[in-house]
Amino acid sequence: MTRRVLPGFGLSLSFTLTYLTLLVFLPLLACVAQVVSLTWSEFWSAAWTVRAQSAYALTFGASLIAAMIDVVLGLLIAWVLVRYEFPFKRFFDSLIDLPFALPTSVAGLVYSSLYVQSGWLGQFLVPLGIEAVYTRLAIVLMLVFIGLPFVVRTIQPVLESLEGETEEAAALLGATRLQTFLRVIFPALLPAIITGFALAFARAIGEYGSVVFVSGNIPMQTEIAPVLIVARLEEGQYAEATSVATILLVGSFSMLVFINLLERWSKRHYA
Amino acid sequence: MHSPSKPSGESLRRGLREEPGWVKWTLILIAVSIVSVLILIPVIHVFYSAIAPGVEDYWYEHGGDVATESGATGSASSDGNWFGALRQGFSAYYDNLFLDVKTRQSIVRTLIVAPSAVLLNIVFGIAAAWAVTRFRFPGRTVLISLIDLPFAISPVVAGLMLVLIFGAQGYFGEWLQEHNMQVLFGLPGLILATTFVTLPFVARELIPVMEAIGSDEEVAAVSLGANGWQVFWHITIPNIKWGLLYGVILCNARAMGEFGAVYVVSANRADTMPLRINQLFMESNDAGSFAVASVLTSLALVSLLAKVILERKTRKQMAEAARMEIPAEV
Repeated sequence: MTRRVLPGFGLSLSFTLTYLTLLVFLPLLACVAQVVSLTWSEFWSAAWTVRAQSAYALTFGASLIAAMIDVVLGLLIAWVLVRYEFPFKRFFDSLIDLPFALPTSVAGLVYSSLYVQSGWLGQFLVPLGIEAVYTRLAIVLMLVFIGLPFVVRTIQPVLESLEGETEEAAALLGATRLQTFLRVIFPALLPAIITGFALAFARAIGEYGSVVFVSGNIPMQTEIAPVLIVARLEEGQYAEATSVATILLVGSFSMLVFINLLERWSKRHYA
Repeated sequence: MHSPSKPSGESLRRGLREEPGWVKWTLILIAVSIVSVLILIPVIHVFYSAIAPGVEDYWYEHGGDVATESGATGSASSDGNWFGALRQGFSAYYDNLFLDVKTRQSIVRTLIVAPSAVLLNIVFGIAAAWAVTRFRFPGRTVLISLIDLPFAISPVVAGLMLVLIFGAQGYFGEWLQEHNMQVLFGLPGLILATTFVTLPFVARELIPVMEAIGSDEEVAAVSLGANGWQVFWHITIPNIKWGLLYGVILCNARAMGEFGAVYVVSANRADTMPLRINQLFMESNDAGSFAVASVLTSLALVSLLAKVILERKTRKQMAEAARMEIPAEV
């Protein structure tokens, strides 16, 4: 370490650490302490009820499906925004960020009223048998909205920085456009796709504000884990709520670690 | 060899990496449809639903038929006009927002909570970015990833943690009761929860900006005899102002819209605007609910606009900083 010319090291670092400790570490510690105070069987019987299991399956399942849909839609949108020119392109480009800025409860409110039978979109979909409110489909749809900008905004800059030469070479060697995309462009985008997927997935797992409006929150059917935590809290059952929260935290942390490893692997192999 | 063949060669090369026209326009059409259905239509629907109930009431009172408005306007039974209908729409909208006491209170609460959380996270963001980008110390990279930790925690769980600490059965619950203090169900709890959830935003924006700008100017100022605060106010802040503002806008958008964490902490006793939307929705007061939602949507749109403008400014600044670094290193 070289000598420090600039002042403020002690002040800024100690402030940062104190702030993080008070706001993040202590609350996390409280959560851990609450769980540790339970016996193993107490914890397990609270965290692994049939109702809780179905909530975990729905939370992780719906988030996974939504993140995968986001990858497909996000890749297409990013491609169109980077490669083509069309009227109102800048307008549509800026709209992509709206799910970041729009309060989740507003999103939930609008989606719930758009897809009911009398709603703008529901009037076409419900007769076709597509019920996008108070069903599992509604949860996936909501999470697709929430996660879309994460995928578009991670793929976009990478696609912009791709050099045209390799594509030209592939074409000159006789590859069709589709082959070029699958063999040349897609591998180069893969690390960004995985990152975008991870961000959308992680966000979807914790999502509460929007889903609570559209899912109907029926236990065993459309109840996600965050909703179950709130239900337990409202019953005053702190230990149960914390146990479910712990499973949710451990689940999402390990998913993130796994995806992080996958990301590193894909960067080594493709980028 | 170069000059005459260049334009046609360029277009030939571009032809190699372009799809046929019909593929291109199909893809554009699909992308625009996705964005329209997922994002644009919902935004329009918010504003429509905020005004529509008053307009419908107007037509009902004036004998017009809402379902066939174009045909019915000329009929004898209708004595209304669109100007009057819109006026009633907006006046009902105004009533929903400002005459409902609880809605008014929720607006005031959001106007206190969001700026407080943003202010706390500005101080934190600047301190963290200064520590992390201006010095090298063991555990630095760990610290950078710890700043992002709140993003990996569900807001509901964040609220739960605060309940475990400050709730009646919580670790400080008894002590707080003895001293007649209340953290949950009120402003302190709301501010804490919002600050937790939005903690990474400012720091995350500042760290890459300060890293890119570098510390040369600050070091120069110190060697010329400036003290720490002089450097900070006269060099650092002017340099990072756009990045800082960008972080503040993202942080503020999220702080105003936070739902899960504050829902747990307030337990329906102290609504912010997003919580009020839920409350009105539960009471089947759609007009009131959409009126509040439309205000938050407008704020989101303003944030987006500001983001577009600031993104361009920060990118330019970072590119300039990168360009200036090259001669120094050569």
